[in-house]
Amino acid sequence: MSRPVSYNLIQKPLEKDISVAPLPDGHQGEGFFATSLDSVIGMARKNSIWPLPFATSCCGIEFMATMGSHYDLARFGSERVGFSPRQCDLLMVMGTIAKKMGPVVRQVYLQMAEPRWVIAVGACASSGGIFDTYSVLQGIDQVVPVDVYVPGCPPRPEAIIDGVLRIQDLVGKESLRRRNGEEYKALLNSYGIQ
Amino acid sequence: MSEQHIKLPEGSIEKTTTTLNLGPTHPATHGVMQNILELDGERIVSADQTIGYIHRAFEKLAERRPLAQITTLTDRLNYCSAPLNNMGWHMTCEKLLGVQTPKRVDYLRVIMMELARIADHLICNSIMGVDAGAYTGFLYVMQFRELIYEIYEEVCGARLTTNMGRIGGFERNFTDKAFQKLEKFLAEYPRALKEFENMFQRNRIFMDRTMGVGGISAARALNYGFTGPNLRAAGVDYDVRVQNPYASYQDFNFIIPVGSTGDCYDRWLVREQEMWQSLSILEQAYQKIQAFKGAEAEVYHADTPAYYLPEKKDVYTKMEALIYHFKIIMGETEIPVGEVYHSIEAGNGELGFYLISDGGRSPYRLHFRRPCFIYYQAYEELVKGSMLSDAIMTMSSLNLIAGEMDA
Amino acid sequence: MALTTLNIQQRIQEKFGESVSAVVDSYGLLEITAPRELNLKVLNFLYDDAALQFQFLTDLTGVHYPSQKGSELAVVYHLHSLKENVRIRFKIFAPIEQPEVYTATGLFSAANWMERETYDFFGILFVGHPNLKRILNVDEMDYFPLRKEFPLEDQTRIDKDDEMFGRGGTIK
Repeated sequence: MSRPVSYNLIQKPLEKDISVAPLPDGHQGEGFFATSLDSVIGMARKNSIWPLPFATSCCGIEFMATMGSHYDLARFGSERVGFSPRQCDLLMVMGTIAKKMGPVVRQVYLQMAEPRWVIAVGACASSGGIFDTYSVLQGIDQVVPVDVYVPGCPPRPEAIIDGVLRIQDLVGKESLRRRNGEEYKALLNSYGIQ
Repeated sequence: MSEQHIKLPEGSIEKTTTTLNLGPTHPATHGVMQNILELDGERIVSADQTIGYIHRAFEKLAERRPLAQITTLTDRLNYCSAPLNNMGWHMTCEKLLGVQTPKRVDYLRVIMMELARIADHLICNSIMGVDAGAYTGFLYVMQFRELIYEIYEEVCGARLTTNMGRIGGFERNFTDKAFQKLEKFLAEYPRALKEFENMFQRNRIFMDRTMGVGGISAARALNYGFTGPNLRAAGVDYDVRVQNPYASYQDFNFIIPVGSTGDCYDRWLVREQEMWQSLSILEQAYQKIQAFKGAEAEVYHADTPAYYLPEKKDVYTKMEALIYHFKIIMGETEIPVGEVYHSIEAGNGELGFYLISDGGRSPYRLHFRRPCFIYYQAYEELVKGSMLSDAIMTMSSLNLIAGEMDA
Repeated sequence: MALTTLNIQQRIQEKFGESVSAVVDSYGLLEITAPRELNLKVLNFLYDDAALQFQFLTDLTGVHYPSQKGSELAVVYHLHSLKENVRIRFKIFAPIEQPEVYTATGLFSAANWMERETYDFFGILFVGHPNLKRILNVDEMDYFPLRKEFPLEDQTRIDKDDEMFGRGGTIK
């Protein structure tokens, strides 16, 4: 059966179909472009984040929808979902983390290489959600530092994508010196991470 | 090199097996469960399953909540088919309270339950494909799950954890748009399901990966307490919808598909056939809904003001509605003392609710019979002696949902 | 011959006499109560009897009744005779000081994890169970959380502000 082919009927200007990452601020002239190293690396990093889905429950199913064809997270440069913490930049914790699971989250975080970011998707990962019980960790920020929290129980795929975009903002603007700074060390120390 | 240098640690000569830790965050486990496999080469000698990585104390939580608020907990049991759990819980409450629902409510429930069943089976079957290396089928059918989610959204406003319905019926009548979306789904889905089926059913690779893998005999399956598609794949035609009909399932014509060997391939086929049966039930239910005319077509809840939460606009304008609203919300309603066991055919088996009421606003004790929890203990028996790659296949074919398993 | 609750009641009375009671509850389900020493005998009888054949263990769970002195803990079995499509409930009670009950794992493989869960939640000791240890909670846990005296919330946590959650306490 033939399928309707619509994309060739109306010619669109090319630059509207292909989105190119905007240039960072800098000086431009014939044959050269000068900018700071920070912003170049930031631009490269933010558009090629490798997420590590740490999906435990309901939010994981919404993440499946986000990764699926309908919402397609790959559009934002997070095409490659890695399942090895050693290769990934972004730990996405989705779902309830029980106390039994807490050490595992921490272990996965420790296995990731710097620079690493963490996003807590959903109410449970952010604060324990409706499960204020003896067995549930009241938010993953008790065991690992978190960069972005996505609210919702579960958040819609749009919200998860928005969370990833917020992470991209952070990644793009991050100073290259941040991870060596005293402030960052103090943050990790407060979690008992050397 | 002297003999001393090649000396191995004490006891390691005897140990010829390898220990492999699969989970709790292994991507192929699709949920947080741990398997410690003892391998002889690639053959599995023994498996030790650990669960509880997402134990959320549902049963203790339920002891603090009024009946209506427990619906939100049931959502999060098997989150792939939340409406099934919601309806099961409402029917348990109705059994306790002695509420009779009108036929139209039953049929509307059947529609939502069968849609949820399709969504559940769709995920399980397509993920089985992913585990066998076929990602395409998953990406393809996910679009159709979105259609189901759109119907949920039209009916209750949420996509995944639906919290749908109330004790006695639904919170509002289905809109015309909901029915239009259902029509759209019924028109588009069968073709996609057929394509999906063609991709796998006689696919040599898929058949080789699943046939004869993770099989169980009917007698062992019964002894292990299997229910649902996993039991039917072993050849037992036990379906709660037929054995103990609820929500007027006796008014529908459908077949219970059964397998013969209880292996992964049979489980896949049984789920696939059940989706076709669900489609047929959906069509029958939609026809029955359309037959209601006039005032009957406006019925969407039972006439039990004492238990059914009144509409908000009535609460603001009518005295009785305000009183009932207050009583229900504050837990002042009369709740009978007694013990009820009610079960439904959920996406992956018999989901039971054992509710003990002492007349208080919340249950004295509520226990969920979670099919996943019961299946997983048979896992060692299923994978013993098979290859490592079969362990993954077997796990995904059982449709284990960690949220339900650990409650 | 269809199996009715009356038949089952008669069969049980014939076999066990007065020590085992069988009454129909207000929702039409037959409820059998036995002394805890007899639980395996009753389960075996229900399983093997040619007319009854309750060979499917639907559910097994515990209940805590702190006010019933001497029989605080209950173990509740839901059995299903698939052939006749009849369900029954079977209950035994045990004192909280010595909550020992014979295991049903020999009869039903399904009982293995259900009993472990019941042990985890209520501390009921299943005598003869092959691997009676905690299943859902961490091994280090030193109490049985579903007993009524234990609170739902975690008592050690410091992250949530009790006052904000309507549970007393002061803002630090």
